[in-house]
Amino acid sequence: MTTVHERPTETSESPLLRATNIVQEFSVRGAAGLKSGVVHAVSDVSFDIHAGETLGVVGETGSGKSTLARAIMQSPRAKSGEVHFQGTDLTRLRRRKLVAARRQLQMVFQDPFGSLNPKWRVSELVEEPLVGYGTSGSNGRRQRVRELLDLVGLNPDSYGRRRPHELSGGQCQRVAIARAIALQPALIVCDEAVSSLDVLIQAQVLNLFERLRSELGLSYLFISHDLALVKQISDRVAVLHLGQLCEIGPSEGIYRAPRHPYTAALLASIPTLGAGSGRARRPKPISGEPPSALHPPSGCRFRTRCPRAAQKCADEVPQLRESAAGHRVACHFPLDETP
Amino acid sequence: MSVEETGYPPFPAGETLLARTPDRARPDQGGAAEPLLEVTDLRVQFRRGGRRVNAVNGLSYRLPAGRMLAIIGESGSGKSVSVRALMGLLPETATITGSARFDGSELVGLPEPEMRGRRGADIAMVFQDPTRSLNPTMKIGLQITEAVRAHADMDRNAARDRAIELLQLVKLPVPERRLVEYPHQLSGGMRQRVMIAIALAAEPRLLIADEATTALDVTTQAQIMELLLELQERLGMAVLMISHDLGLAATYAEDVIVMYAGRAVEYAPAGTLFEHVRMPYTQALLGAIPRLDREPHAPMPSTPGQAPDLTALPAGCPFAPRCTSADEQCADEPPFAEHEPGHWWACWHPVRDGA
Repeated sequence: MTTVHERPTETSESPLLRATNIVQEFSVRGAAGLKSGVVHAVSDVSFDIHAGETLGVVGETGSGKSTLARAIMQSPRAKSGEVHFQGTDLTRLRRRKLVAARRQLQMVFQDPFGSLNPKWRVSELVEEPLVGYGTSGSNGRRQRVRELLDLVGLNPDSYGRRRPHELSGGQCQRVAIARAIALQPALIVCDEAVSSLDVLIQAQVLNLFERLRSELGLSYLFISHDLALVKQISDRVAVLHLGQLCEIGPSEGIYRAPRHPYTAALLASIPTLGAGSGRARRPKPISGEPPSALHPPSGCRFRTRCPRAAQKCADEVPQLRESAAGHRVACHFPLDETP
Repeated sequence: MSVEETGYPPFPAGETLLARTPDRARPDQGGAAEPLLEVTDLRVQFRRGGRRVNAVNGLSYRLPAGRMLAIIGESGSGKSVSVRALMGLLPETATITGSARFDGSELVGLPEPEMRGRRGADIAMVFQDPTRSLNPTMKIGLQITEAVRAHADMDRNAARDRAIELLQLVKLPVPERRLVEYPHQLSGGMRQRVMIAIALAAEPRLLIADEATTALDVTTQAQIMELLLELQERLGMAVLMISHDLGLAATYAEDVIVMYAGRAVEYAPAGTLFEHVRMPYTQALLGAIPRLDREPHAPMPSTPGQAPDLTALPAGCPFAPRCTSADEQCADEPPFAEHEPGHWWACWHPVRDGA
């Protein structure tokens, strides 16, 4: 393994990634191609990721997790808002400059088979980013591919010549991770990167992510619908609901004493095995259906399902307010700090 | 949508249906009662390009009426194949042997016309993806009445009333309006409720839920599981739940079977299984589940390797190559036997309590 890529020196105040007021909307066309509505996928979301840190993003289907990840990658660009990565605003970069900046910003997707070209061999798949960014000669690249495969726990001699269909889901995901780390990125966006794997394989891949984080000093934006999984991998957690950021803060604090009723409801929905006792706790389901992103409720978008909702929640969009050090919550009537 | 439209009825709906449903009180769990479903040495083999895939290798279990049994396992463990074999839903490349008796009559080898009579009427199934299970071009009402009229001689109006009852039973708000909607107008959780309503159309005695909540969000998953539990209790229906999620099985099922490489490796009442886990594989699964009580960045207990190739199963215990307690004895296949009352496992070196 070569040395960790030199990063621009940063002061403690400047985060690796700063997303500010990200808004992403898609128009929906109805009959005759006429605009019939707007999907409010991400509405005014801001957060920071510091170097070496993992930020987990949780939320239900349609909460805007993946849209947010793609807005960060500039594919597609957000409707408005800024994404400062290593000090440059990606939303202002075009073409070659953007491609150059994205070298340090990589992504791992959910479907391990769908994200790899089925006709290519593993060694070619891992070499592709190196070719794309014109890294060294073919000998140097071949050496680097072997290093990368070793790093993700695949023996280069037995796996290098295989094609994706000759690999299991977990092995494909390792190849996708090798591709993502090939260019020594600073930040990897993982969009449900372990969700389609069986638990034993999922544990292996999670451990791989953790090992790469400590060995290569990576940061992650880790998106998942699985709250327990996000807790295990994240330093901080952001909770999204229908495109709005409900709560963000240190994972320990959020899981011990959630302040937003939505976070509390999510936590209460997971069936969990108790620490020592075998029998699991029966979840308390949240009532009702998530509202439509086409016609989100006014004010706080969780209010239609919230047991604490009042008139104020319909009238005013709650703003994120600091409730404890680094823990911010967007709720007019947050839960008590003590669990 | 207003709160009234999205909120589910606070107390159970579908009273009319229940009034008509024949009383199927839950038999006492004395154990002497004839099981509703008794599967003995079920084997399924697929022919694939000259090779034989051993998907299910000698599975046996009993499901008493009115009980909820979970079969859990990873991809390729044979959990889905084993229930599809009961329903006659496997392709012609499958060879099924062994026995599966439902209420005393054999299901394996049943000719298709007779199978059709049992499918839906006695045993109904709910699948993982409600979007793909529903016809996108048909209104919900037609899809339900189609199922209702397939099993009972009813005119359109009666079938429509019955469809409304079924939708009330699965607690879908404003059922009259849902009848004229298309699947895309419903959320994933609502579609799964429609699928359950269709499955309940002929009042089956066994409902098979094959990863029925896997595609849903945790919040919706909890709602659907609560619904299944309530229906099981109120209709006295047995539920066979197929899942990869141990936590879900531990929470809702009364009995749990853990499958690995087409075999049952552990079988016990849920409480017993999780408090006194015996099979190292089950223990590995339990350890690998992300848990809320673990610290951030805590390493996961890791099990090396991957599930065995079903075309070339190793002799002996299939989990031995990945197992930390394996030794030369594991080259002999451990018998799947009732080692403790009600607790079955297949291992030479079972985990001791507290280990």
